[in-house]
Amino acid sequence: MPARRLMPTPEAADLLQLVRDVSAKELLPAAADAEATERFPRESFRTLGRMGLLGLPYPEKVGGGEQPYEVYLQVLEELGSVWASVGVGVSVHALSCFALFTAGTEEQRQRWLPEMLGGELLGAYCLSEPHAGSDPAAMRTRAERDGDGYVLTGAKAWTTHGGQADFYTVMARTGDERGAISCFLVPADAEGLSSDAPERKMGLTGSSTTTMRFDGVRVGVDRRIGAEGQGLRLALAALDSGRLGIAAVATGLAQAALDHAVAYAKDRETFGRRIIDHQGLAFVLADMEAAVQSARATYLAAARLRDRGLPFATEASVAKLVCTDNAMKVTTDAVQVLGGYGYTRDFPVERFMREAKVMQIFEGTNQIQRMVIGRALDKGTSARIEADPA
Amino acid sequence: MNIVVCVKYVPDATGDRKFESDNTVDREGVDGLLSELDEYAVEQSLQLKEKLGSDGGDSEVTVLTIGPAGAVDAIRKALQMGADKGVHVQDDAIAGSDAFATSLVLAEAVKKLPHDLVVCGMASTDGGMGVVPAMLSERLGLPGATLGSSIELDGQTLKIRRDGDTATVTVEATLPAVLSVTDQSGEARYPSFKGIMAAKKKPVETWSLADLGVDAGQVGLEASYTAVEETQARPPRTAGEIVKDEDGSGAKALVDFLVSKKFV
Ligand SMILES: Cc1cc2nc3c(=O)[nH]c(=O)nc-3n(C[C@H](O)[C@H](O)[C@H](O)COP(=O)(O)OP(=O)(O)OC[C@H]3O[C@@H](n4cnc5c(N)ncnc54)[C@H](O)[C@@H]3O)c2cc1C
Repeated sequence: MPARRLMPTPEAADLLQLVRDVSAKELLPAAADAEATERFPRESFRTLGRMGLLGLPYPEKVGGGEQPYEVYLQVLEELGSVWASVGVGVSVHALSCFALFTAGTEEQRQRWLPEMLGGELLGAYCLSEPHAGSDPAAMRTRAERDGDGYVLTGAKAWTTHGGQADFYTVMARTGDERGAISCFLVPADAEGLSSDAPERKMGLTGSSTTTMRFDGVRVGVDRRIGAEGQGLRLALAALDSGRLGIAAVATGLAQAALDHAVAYAKDRETFGRRIIDHQGLAFVLADMEAAVQSARATYLAAARLRDRGLPFATEASVAKLVCTDNAMKVTTDAVQVLGGYGYTRDFPVERFMREAKVMQIFEGTNQIQRMVIGRALDKGTSARIEADPA
Repeated sequence: MNIVVCVKYVPDATGDRKFESDNTVDREGVDGLLSELDEYAVEQSLQLKEKLGSDGGDSEVTVLTIGPAGAVDAIRKALQMGADKGVHVQDDAIAGSDAFATSLVLAEAVKKLPHDLVVCGMASTDGGMGVVPAMLSERLGLPGATLGSSIELDGQTLKIRRDGDTATVTVEATLPAVLSVTDQSGEARYPSFKGIMAAKKKPVETWSLADLGVDAGQVGLEASYTAVEETQARPPRTAGEIVKDEDGSGAKALVDFLVSKKFV
């Protein structure tokens, strides 16, 4: 059974129903095969884009759907419950639009955002480098000022949608001090931009992950987003929201694993009873359900802070940590519930387990989330009692 | 051009179906939705409107449904897909109406609306008699082009292809006319998120039998010619028969099975 949901408006409820329909009819039938053959589902993104699902969290005046995170994240969760690669992709697309929306000039936003959010285009976000993942300030890719433009040189590792995206939001060094990093919007057809072959990953194999090479890629000054030196701050702010997206997708993935496990447990018999009738196994399922529900509640609590314009970064880290650790546990337990069958590729739960693993790694490893949370505790967390400003 | 598309709110076929004590379908206690077969009718109506573009003057697609309060969900779905306005005929006296009575209410509602073309699905996914479109055309005194699997409109001439078991026929009718379309006419679109938001502002009127000038005695279970006598749950699925071929008798066993089921 998919999750029970309480949506804030009838339109949001209709939106979630629509997402569930299109997920069941268009995404689910294609997922297992595309993952097995490592084929990037570009068409699926177009289908979602035409329905207006690639711009949901951005305002209408820049071409978005103007939905609160409370709604947008539940859309991501539904997508993640049928196809993690697509759920992650929609989240990364939103991530790649963040800098322009937040720090772009009015002219830059009007020029590019409506198209970026319109559904036909797909974005990518280039922060990590081969030697600099958790510590992005150690990046080496440079953007040298040259007349009325910049010339980008270096390599960006692990780019989700690498080689498939239509635009790349790229962080590059514009000075030698650690924080001298700026943000650039680079079109896919820029000269000197190329993609390595996709990484051969453990899971999320339908999503392409590549190193992007910048061999003297020239972009105009008008493609620098925000001021020089503002890039790292923008990249990290984008990740606060992006982590909520990953938390939601991980929750959907866990829900899917739980659903498969419950269906199997009601069908499989041992010692003359259904395995769900053995208390020892029913308790495993109960813990899985509790883990999924608490994950959902955790990301929604952070989303509601964000939607009201309140600080939410620590809560986003908590959500990313809880939801992805829970997804790892729930998908592992789902394999256990299916016994030997769970360990085979004839059932999807082993794939879910492989997909859950990466969620603990990207957009800040769960060690980094704990670091963020620990620092917040050191500084002192808020004890304020606030009324909903809405 | 004015298109009226008749749609039905039906119980979700993926859920358990229940019946009331009088053997009518329980529509209140279960999740309902726009009948999938009627989505094709909405799709064809929207395509006709889009093809006419601005040359056809201002075309308008009106969604018409008869049903309990929840049936407005079916209208809303059609509005989200792109229809322009809705009419919901709701009256307790209608409950239990058969196809004959239903077609009377539909016809009276259509008469109150400007209509060049009335579009229906091929059948409902719950009652499933598939006779309402023909009855409706008779009651309206309009030509009925039913079971179209491909639809063309050329000026005032409607042309459809009907695929039968033994022949494919082309049927032409002059507008105004009644059209029904099959599940082969073209996949229905998904609403877009913009469509969902736009539907909020589209007008939906609710009409009673009195608004239509229909007497309550002409409809409902009492006035219906057909009634469901008895319903039975579908028997649980039984395990299939497995033919084991250990001594070369497998082929014969398969043929015997197919013959016994009259497949060959
Ligand atoms: C499938 C996939 C998709 C990705 N997509 C993108 C993308 O689209 N864009 C992008 O920019 N990046 C992307 N990444 C990169 C991802 O964000 C990094 O892999 C991640 O941040 C970790 O960096 P690293 O791999 O260099 O590990 P490292 O930083 O080398 O970390 C190695 C280990 O050390 C731990 N560690 C590091 N520092 C500390 C510390 N201070 N305290 C405690 N433990 C620590 C880490 O938790 C980890 O366990 C993607 C990665 C994958 C696998």
